[in-house]
Amino acid sequence: MLKWITIIFCCQLAGETLVRLGALPVPGPVAGMVLLFCGLAAIKSVPKELGTVSSGLLSHLSLLFVPAGTGIIVHLPLLRDDAIPVSIALVLSTLATVVVTGWMMQLLMRRGEPPTEAGDNG
Amino acid sequence: MAEPTENLRDIWVYLSATPLLHLTLTLIAYQIGDFAYQKFNRNPLLNPVMIAVALLVTMLWATNTDYTDFFEGAQFVHFLLGPATVCLAVPLYRQFQKVRDNLLAIAVSLISGSLFAAVSAVLIARVLGASQDLVVAIAPKSVTAPIAMGITEQFGGLPSLTAVLVILTGIIGAALGPVVMNLFRIRDWAARGFAMGTASHGIGTARALQVDETAGAFAGIAMGLNAIATAILLPLIWVWLVG
Repeated sequence: MLKWITIIFCCQLAGETLVRLGALPVPGPVAGMVLLFCGLAAIKSVPKELGTVSSGLLSHLSLLFVPAGTGIIVHLPLLRDDAIPVSIALVLSTLATVVVTGWMMQLLMRRGEPPTEAGDNG
Repeated sequence: MAEPTENLRDIWVYLSATPLLHLTLTLIAYQIGDFAYQKFNRNPLLNPVMIAVALLVTMLWATNTDYTDFFEGAQFVHFLLGPATVCLAVPLYRQFQKVRDNLLAIAVSLISGSLFAAVSAVLIARVLGASQDLVVAIAPKSVTAPIAMGITEQFGGLPSLTAVLVILTGIIGAALGPVVMNLFRIRDWAARGFAMGTASHGIGTARALQVDETAGAFAGIAMGLNAIATAILLPLIWVWLVG
């Protein structure tokens, strides 16, 4: 277990280093994700313990956004001044983006393959 | 002997100075949010991030605590975002066959989604008379926070305001995205996940991972690709868009 935690951190560290060396327009952790992916592609399987560590972290991914989200308190006065334009712009634009992207993707995905049906809550 | 209330205040003052208090409060607030979310069958409207943030903001406001003091403790949770992003390689690897079979669909949906997210947000905010600071900060709202902040900085905006708009976008997408996708009959898991990751980055991805592995993998790849696409495309249309 500790071995895989160490490897995950190494990927992130290597990713951060690569991004800075190459001035790439991606966050260090995303570069780290690509590195880990290449590693998995090289060994052609997901080791059981890595699966355990990653599903442990990812099943509570939402929690990790709470500290940054609480930062909204700092900008409440600015947001209050523009509350109506900001809320309308965020809600309309985000939901329209979801529909445009999802609809486009569903339309263009390989035909012939039966789509995996989603329930009402997905 | 001191008054009991004074004792309590001393204890609070002592605990406030250690990371333990705000770290624990962050975890408790999230547990409450997650409890409500699970209790109602993972109804997307009861987004656990939204509930936890609302509780913590109320708590900080009521106790007159500075956000920086709160973050001293909460940073331990925040830090794990990096390793968790690296871990997205695992679902992505498991679903890679499906990703490779749909490269054209991914490229076209990504570019449309990336441009649509930025252009629609800026135009709506401008038409409704938002301040210039907000118009600049809202453009990269669908992109994962570190990249979005970099983009705003490049255009002379306020990166910390962008961070807040990014989180709000994530919560809106995670809470309402599944509802509108049902409405528009977008039923394929891969398409649903891809839309969530493009429009609402990591918070949308967190939601997608909870409901389906295919959706989670496509959300993760959409989040990563949209960061790159927006960082490249937005500067190209910036002058036309914001002037």
